[in-house]
Amino acid sequence: MVAAPHPGFLARRHRSYYLFVVPALIVIGAVIIFPWLFTVWMSLFDWTIGSAAHFVGLANYVGLATNQRFIESIVHTFYFTALAVVVPLILGLVAALIFHREFPFRGVLRGIFTMPMMATPVAVALVWTMMFHPQQGVLNYLLSLVGLPASLWVYSPTWVIPSLVLVEIWHWTPLVMLIILGGLAALPTEPYESARLDGATEWQLFRYITLPLIAPFLVVAAVIRTIDALKAFDTIYVISQGGPGTASETINLYLYLQAFAFYNVGNASAVVVVFFAIILALALLLLYVRQRARWT
Amino acid sequence: MADRTHDDRPDALRRRLLQAGTGAAALGALPGASVLTAHAQGAFDWKRFKGQKIEILLVKSPRGDLLSKYHKEFEDLTGIEVGSEMVPEQQQRQKAVIEFNSGNPSFDVIALSYHVQKRQFAKNNWLTDLRPYINDKSMAAPDLDFADFAKGGLQYAVEADGRVMSLPMNLDPWVVYWNKELFAAKGVAYPKTFAEMIDAAAKLHDSAKGIAGFVGRGLKNANVPVWTSFLLGYGGTFTDPKGKLLTDSTEAIESAKMYQTLLGKYGPQGVAGFNWNESQSLFLQGKAAMWLDGIGFAQPLEDPTKSRIVGKVGYGVVPAGPKAQVSALFADGEGISPFSKKKGPAWFYLQWASNKTNQTRMLQAAAGAPVRNSAYAAAQQSSDFKAPKEWVECMLKSASIAQPGLPIISPVTEFRDVFGVALTNMINGADPATELKRATAEFQPVLDKSEKT
Repeated sequence: MVAAPHPGFLARRHRSYYLFVVPALIVIGAVIIFPWLFTVWMSLFDWTIGSAAHFVGLANYVGLATNQRFIESIVHTFYFTALAVVVPLILGLVAALIFHREFPFRGVLRGIFTMPMMATPVAVALVWTMMFHPQQGVLNYLLSLVGLPASLWVYSPTWVIPSLVLVEIWHWTPLVMLIILGGLAALPTEPYESARLDGATEWQLFRYITLPLIAPFLVVAAVIRTIDALKAFDTIYVISQGGPGTASETINLYLYLQAFAFYNVGNASAVVVVFFAIILALALLLLYVRQRARWT
Repeated sequence: MADRTHDDRPDALRRRLLQAGTGAAALGALPGASVLTAHAQGAFDWKRFKGQKIEILLVKSPRGDLLSKYHKEFEDLTGIEVGSEMVPEQQQRQKAVIEFNSGNPSFDVIALSYHVQKRQFAKNNWLTDLRPYINDKSMAAPDLDFADFAKGGLQYAVEADGRVMSLPMNLDPWVVYWNKELFAAKGVAYPKTFAEMIDAAAKLHDSAKGIAGFVGRGLKNANVPVWTSFLLGYGGTFTDPKGKLLTDSTEAIESAKMYQTLLGKYGPQGVAGFNWNESQSLFLQGKAAMWLDGIGFAQPLEDPTKSRIVGKVGYGVVPAGPKAQVSALFADGEGISPFSKKKGPAWFYLQWASNKTNQTRMLQAAAGAPVRNSAYAAAQQSSDFKAPKEWVECMLKSASIAQPGLPIISPVTEFRDVFGVALTNMINGADPATELKRATAEFQPVLDKSEKT
């Protein structure tokens, strides 16, 4: 038997634990907390790179609240995000249900189906830009083959956001499918057997067993898609640059212009803070939904 | 694009060009002993800064590629080692701002686009006045020949008070590419005036055949030079001497209406989202009668692997407006950082980069339109020179009637953005007067602020 350590020794040892936390704290402080606080601080200044900074209090925020273009960019962001989350979620679910069944060449086809998500976003965007060309793009050619009228795609202020979402759908539906497929693979078989004995239809099996059981996976997919869609920049920048006019200008595009084209660092910082608040609110909402969707 | 022409170049030509440009200097530098004596007497000596090292920040472009390719020649000539970095245009501009603000930039020489960066650099004193070097016989190469630089380029490089802040390298006047076949088919002649231009676009526009009477940039920001090309012809200017915007004047509105008509009415479907590349691909396919853009597109248009209209392209000077005939000009040059501790070697680099040999090479490689007038004659003498004669004539005529295509102000990107949105809205049917008034009201405070701080 070893004698119990002296209480003072334990306290000392506990104290030494804190030392191990210090590196992580320093890193988090340097790369997350300090930049964040500095951004908030800068948002209180009227500062363009190359000129002196003037303290203006909340003037940048007041300016944003009355800035039609910024408000529209928030609307565009939500419109884009809603479409770019919901559609891949539905299509990904359908694809997962199909690939969950046994059929010949399933493995190969599933592999092919997941290929888009391996492509580089900028390369994808450049290829789609060519496909969208109203006169020479392949999309309008395909429409003409089936007798449909040509569309202006990203060259029309009305259709630019749905067209950009089309790229997102093509690119990211496979990811949603993979997540849900993982969920489907983990499902127990007993509930299905007993439901079948009770005479449940295929739709009832899906609606009352499959859907509730994979709900947590759907939520995970929704969270990932929401984060991706909110931060989408590369595709939009390459394909439409926020145009025509400002029809597809999301918060990120607006932010990029303010910070890196106009060098209005103060105003750009205010945009970041507002965007952060929006993301925070959305994250809390999603967390709440996730709690409710938990397996019980 | 640049690679093809680089590789095509016969060695014989390269040697000949080398001899032409640097022969005299090389002769002077040959006898080692006499160099010192010459230096003491104040004569020019390329080897004066032998053993030093300079850093160059270039823009990734056919011109940047071309200079980098021949850096060894400069090193052999001067004994100065060159470290160079080539960054894509937009990132290079951001890098310049950040590094200059740090007060300790990593480069001695920087390439700049006058139409975007001139005012910004001038206001912040980010360039070195070159006059002391130009006027010093021991520093200015005998073949510097300042009179050889085209007026348009010097207008950009020289400040109003006479300070020479950089050396111009490349001119980009805007011209009208026109499809001779389409014009001939409808019996239309190349327009001499704006009114004829609209008329020609109307006659040549044929939606049923998918042919646009006119194509050009509709995408916001990129589209502004198309409008300013018309604005200058209407006799409009960007600001009055006090800095008040004149972008909602009668001339501005009339030129915007012209923009709206040409693109909105006679342009292709979806032109509101077109940048130069979409415009180019449409014109290359023979689906547009006229295309207004910078002069640098002769090479793809005359390349049989890319173009369906080889030999059918007309290179036209922008037609005359009601008040003037003006070609909107954009230009690039190179200057020396005021923070540089090696201004002497940096100045030597500038002289070499803008010398007649390099300027001729630029034209030979179709990498740009040189600022030196002598380069055009030199290049045309070579059998290797592929650009059509009409293109050269168009270039020289355009350069002689050129005016800056954008206002010389600091927030030029914001100007392009705000007015670009207005122009795109016009293509989609908005009223030009209302849009310009809104854009002017929106941009005036930005301009005022930029000049105050």
